[in-house]
Amino acid sequence: MSAPDSSWPDSARPASPVPASPVRLKVTDLEIRLGQSGHDVVRDVCFTVAAGQVLGLVGESGSGKTTVALALLGHTRRGLCITAGQVLLDGTDLLALSPRELRAVRGARVSYVPQDPSSALNPALRVGTQVAEVLRVHPQTVGDPSGRVAEVMREVSLDPTPELLRRYPHQLSGGQQQRIALAMAFACRPSVIVLDEPTTGLDVTTQRHVLETVRGLCRSYGVAAVYVSHDLAVVSGMVSQVAVMYAGRIVEIGSTAPLFGEPVHPYTRGLIGAVPSPEHAEVLTGIEGQQPRPGRRGAGCSFVARCDYAIADCAKQVPEPVLVAGRSVRCLRALEIQVTPSPRLPVLTQPPAMAGRATLSVQGVTASYGSTPVLSDVSLQVPPGTCVAVVGESGSGKTTLARCVAGLHRNWTGEIAFAGTPLAHAARQRDKDVLRRVQYVFQNPYTSLNPRKTVGQIIDQQLTQFTGLSHRDRSERVLGVLKDVSLGQDFLSSYPDQLSGGERQRVAIARALVVQPELLICDEVTSALDVSVQAIIVELLRRIQQKQQLAMIFITHNLALVRSIAQTAVVLRQGQVAESGPVEQILEHPSDPYTQRLIRDVPRISQPGSAG
Amino acid sequence: MAVTAPAAAPRHALPVRRHHWGSMLWAAAKTPRGMIGLGLASFVALVAIIGPFVAPDSPDALVTLAFGKPSSQFLLGGDFLGRDVLSRVLNGGWVLLLMAVCATALGVIGGAAAGVSAAYLRGASDGIIMRAVDVILSFPQLVFALLLLSLLGPKLWLITLTVGVSHAPQVARVLRSATLDLSERDFVKAAELQGMRPAKVMWKEIVPNLVSPLTVEAGLRLTYSIVIMAGLAFLGFGQEPPAATWGTMINENRDGLTLNPWAVIVPSLLIAVLTIGTNTFTDAFARVAIGIDRRPQEAALIDDLGQETGQ
Repeated sequence: MSAPDSSWPDSARPASPVPASPVRLKVTDLEIRLGQSGHDVVRDVCFTVAAGQVLGLVGESGSGKTTVALALLGHTRRGLCITAGQVLLDGTDLLALSPRELRAVRGARVSYVPQDPSSALNPALRVGTQVAEVLRVHPQTVGDPSGRVAEVMREVSLDPTPELLRRYPHQLSGGQQQRIALAMAFACRPSVIVLDEPTTGLDVTTQRHVLETVRGLCRSYGVAAVYVSHDLAVVSGMVSQVAVMYAGRIVEIGSTAPLFGEPVHPYTRGLIGAVPSPEHAEVLTGIEGQQPRPGRRGAGCSFVARCDYAIADCAKQVPEPVLVAGRSVRCLRALEIQVTPSPRLPVLTQPPAMAGRATLSVQGVTASYGSTPVLSDVSLQVPPGTCVAVVGESGSGKTTLARCVAGLHRNWTGEIAFAGTPLAHAARQRDKDVLRRVQYVFQNPYTSLNPRKTVGQIIDQQLTQFTGLSHRDRSERVLGVLKDVSLGQDFLSSYPDQLSGGERQRVAIARALVVQPELLICDEVTSALDVSVQAIIVELLRRIQQKQQLAMIFITHNLALVRSIAQTAVVLRQGQVAESGPVEQILEHPSDPYTQRLIRDVPRISQPGSAG
Repeated sequence: MAVTAPAAAPRHALPVRRHHWGSMLWAAAKTPRGMIGLGLASFVALVAIIGPFVAPDSPDALVTLAFGKPSSQFLLGGDFLGRDVLSRVLNGGWVLLLMAVCATALGVIGGAAAGVSAAYLRGASDGIIMRAVDVILSFPQLVFALLLLSLLGPKLWLITLTVGVSHAPQVARVLRSATLDLSERDFVKAAELQGMRPAKVMWKEIVPNLVSPLTVEAGLRLTYSIVIMAGLAFLGFGQEPPAATWGTMINENRDGLTLNPWAVIVPSLLIAVLTIGTNTFTDAFARVAIGIDRRPQEAALIDDLGQETGQ
């Protein structure tokens, strides 16, 4: 365990773990409301960050974390307004500054690293110009601008050759783009830097390198950083203290290792239980239900509807933060829960892959988009009743492989045999029965359901297309499958835009299952979902796969997920199979250096070592 | 259980269900803009439809003096031959209206079919359809109509057909771009994986999502149809004399503008009010459609906040 934790006095305010370093950023009672209706989006947010420290602001979509992050720069989106609170930057309240004073501060003393560097950098300007521009806007901050450009580039581990500085953003990789964005943020040596999910689009190895750079910079230059993320594993390895946000409030805040080791707030517990781990095969437990939207958060604790520990009082009043185990927790029953051990996750025993003729056999498949090769000579087998995970980084060709199998991508050679019979290239050339037996679940549930059809119509259409069942039999099947995916009858007449992401994905799964397929292809089905919902969907798929003895291909970029669902794994690298075999073998004794690197770089929650 | 409780509750109460075309029309009719538009258009439509039954005289009978001043017996006076202007006005609308509606339907349906299939089928079909569209587009609409009519003679069905055909390219373009976006969505792929035939995919999956652009196009094209048809009638391509139509009346009676201006003003005014009405209502509908698709400002903002995590 690192030093800050041992020097942690229980009575101290948890928000300032190292009293020695000066407090750079102090936020008190921040409140942000919708301008029109006055519903609160963010309330009672307080924290402090000292020089050299990184605060992780974690939460799922809709928790208000990005809204808070923007408020740290004195900014709100159109339609929102900051109605109370202070954001003190080295003692000056940003919220009290005039727009002109605020402009002088932004970029110079507090800077922002956006989520997606490819859209945050100006595509028409050379990267050197963009970094220099920050210094031109704030000439008083650093001495010699051109010297500083080279210096800050070296600080973010980029070699400031004239050749690199002359490039345009699209000529750089995602990791390099994010480093340029970091260089722009660090150029004026700010006191505070706000990072809004800066590594979301990057693959795990690049992500780890970028994170190390950020951490090193903050420590060496005494910068206070606020790191916004939905990824608990990333945060746990990176920050010294964590604030967990839910429905606009911080529900638990404290230093990283104890908070992740022994979470107190039921929401934090649920979140941590939902994060898959590459080390153990565990049954993932998500959090049922969904986060209430602004205006529907109720009078009491906004987590009450989803909480296993809820009592009657929880719905009546908003719990005040209490100091428990050195951190502040907004829960009425924090003291009782603290002594209740976190429920251990049940360990999963995956049945071994079944023998017998493979349900799907892919032999030497080579595919390309136009003239760009995507897959070369890929082979894999899916035995009956077995889930095969296909893992790879973006660009590894994993989705193309799935699309070839489904018949959505036609430009391939080689052989794909389903139940012993070779499949035609395009779905249009396959016969109805094959189409029925091979079902596909799309990545994005926001586009895979027709917005003009009800859930009932969407699922029923599958039956009318593939079966000649009577109306009565069909509605029986539809109701049955909705129950299988834990959706009630009242969803039948809902339209997709009335459902949450997790509910939509369940409908998409129900649509695939209703025709009793033999092979289910799941293409990154959880990548658009929150981690608590991801856990539920993965567990749902695992249960159904086991119960119905389905053969399944589970495409994912998340190695940690593999263990919770698959028996066999195939690792793809640039369109080629790097390694394949039973999941335990691949995750525990990877033989291919690429797999080894992937596994090493997966962010893990149980990795507090170098934090702080 | 916790699952169903929040899920079953109404998630967000929209002012209108975007899924029902009828309720969108109704919502448009309830806006001030829509009310004015609908009021103006239906007033003229009523005149045109009921007119023939309430006209005091036969439209062709020579009952008064040429360019006779309005009197208590002939409220709008006489036309250039001494026929009752009021009776001719009341009789002269329905053909125009019927032809405009038919031409619009023809143009919108034909154009939509071309645009949607070009965008969905892509490849050679796209090329052929859109190049054909470009050829028609390169003629100004009125010139195109005049060209065909002077070649084939002014028959009513031909006028309707010509105006319809001249609308199709614009409709095709608008719907092609709307379809291009839609046909990349996964729900279309899901339908293809069900083995649905392309025609059925377009009709069952894509077209229901095109209701708003289709309606806006129809309204816009109806306005243009009225203007072009009236214009053609004014130029002498319309019903043969002595039939009464508003466009022809303006042409026939403009020599007597100083003697009996009503013979020109009233038909012009009716045409103007009709086009203003249809156009205003279309505008109201488009606003409602956009308002629903993009949602009221605050609801959209809450949605955005919910999506802030990205992928």
